Amino acid sequence: MVYLELLYVFFKIGLLGFGGGYAMISLIQFEVVDSFHWLTLQEFADILAISQMTPGPISINTATYVGYEVAGITGSVVATIALCLPSVMLMVLVMLFLFKNKENQWVQSLLKGLKPVMGGLILAAALLLMNKENFVDAGWGANNFSVIICAVSFIALYFFKINPMILITLAGICGAIIY
Amino acid sequence: MVGLGKLFSIFLQIGAFTLGGGYAMLAMVEQAIVEKHKFMDKDDFWDLIAVVQTLPGVFAINTALYVGYKLRGKSGALVASLGAALPSFVAILLIATFFAEIRDNSWVERIFKGIRPCVVALILVPAIRLLVGEGIKWKIIWIPLLAGFLIWYLKVSPVIIILITAILSLIYGFFTYKKIEK
Repeated sequence: MVYLELLYVFFKIGLLGFGGGYAMISLIQFEVVDSFHWLTLQEFADILAISQMTPGPISINTATYVGYEVAGITGSVVATIALCLPSVMLMVLVMLFLFKNKENQWVQSLLKGLKPVMGGLILAAALLLMNKENFVDAGWGANNFSVIICAVSFIALYFFKINPMILITLAGICGAIIY
Repeated sequence: MVGLGKLFSIFLQIGAFTLGGGYAMLAMVEQAIVEKHKFMDKDDFWDLIAVVQTLPGVFAINTALYVGYKLRGKSGALVASLGAALPSFVAILLIATFFAEIRDNSWVERIFKGIRPCVVALILVPAIRLLVGEGIKWKIIWIPLLAGFLIWYLKVSPVIIILITAILSLIYGFFTYKKIEK
């Protein structure tokens, strides 16, 4: 039953997605691409690009998109609700316990441990996307434009804080000219 | 008291104009809730955000839920989170129906060939920022590197990594807690 699968997968992502946004990418990718084969790695990279250009969180964008691809509009509603459900349930718990005791020892140690791991999760997401499908002409020849686009985008964002939307637009124009 | 319709429209606007998601929206929420409408004072707002940041799940939805709840209870939480989620839901739904039609167009294909390596860079940047932080902490740098390696190279599920980390952190917390008590 595909709706139940969508519900299960996106509920799990919503529940375990600590660190938000980018840290959730490898989690989503693992479930959607590797475990359930709902999308190829290429399609997943396209959704990430679209997410950068449309409003809203990457996780909601992916849930809506995957849900639609797998089971139409109903599917996208199911996946998006499933993603938000753990947040709603957790809120009830937090309202009961956490707000009374913000310096809670257990929560503090949990977060202290999870924080460094988030960097690793994001790193893995980037590494997993570096494959032949996303870097079409990678190699040591003269035509390794993919690597150049990636390197230039990295430098532009990391050191010069250029708006990601501008970078995506420029990369798209480069793609149209080069390929 | 804030009207439910007002709450919905505030978060609808925030949902519609937040690009890149997550933290980018915080400034907008603060501007609307604290500065402009004065529904909440600054300290209350940031106390709330401190809690929300630590929770799993979609950050934008969590923020909407808690701010909505604080202002108007359960119905406030519902209305605010619906408002925050709706724009991205509708936008992606439109794109999904449209994109499937044009994906095989040779122009679109070429454009996306250029975009994909750029997306990798966009994800690499926050990863490196998190790893380097305000200076590399040599004592713990192996933790993210190991986690990244396990997921990327050995194909370990991130779910397992998160659960194991959570358990280890709680055990560590348990032992250090005892020491403090004595």
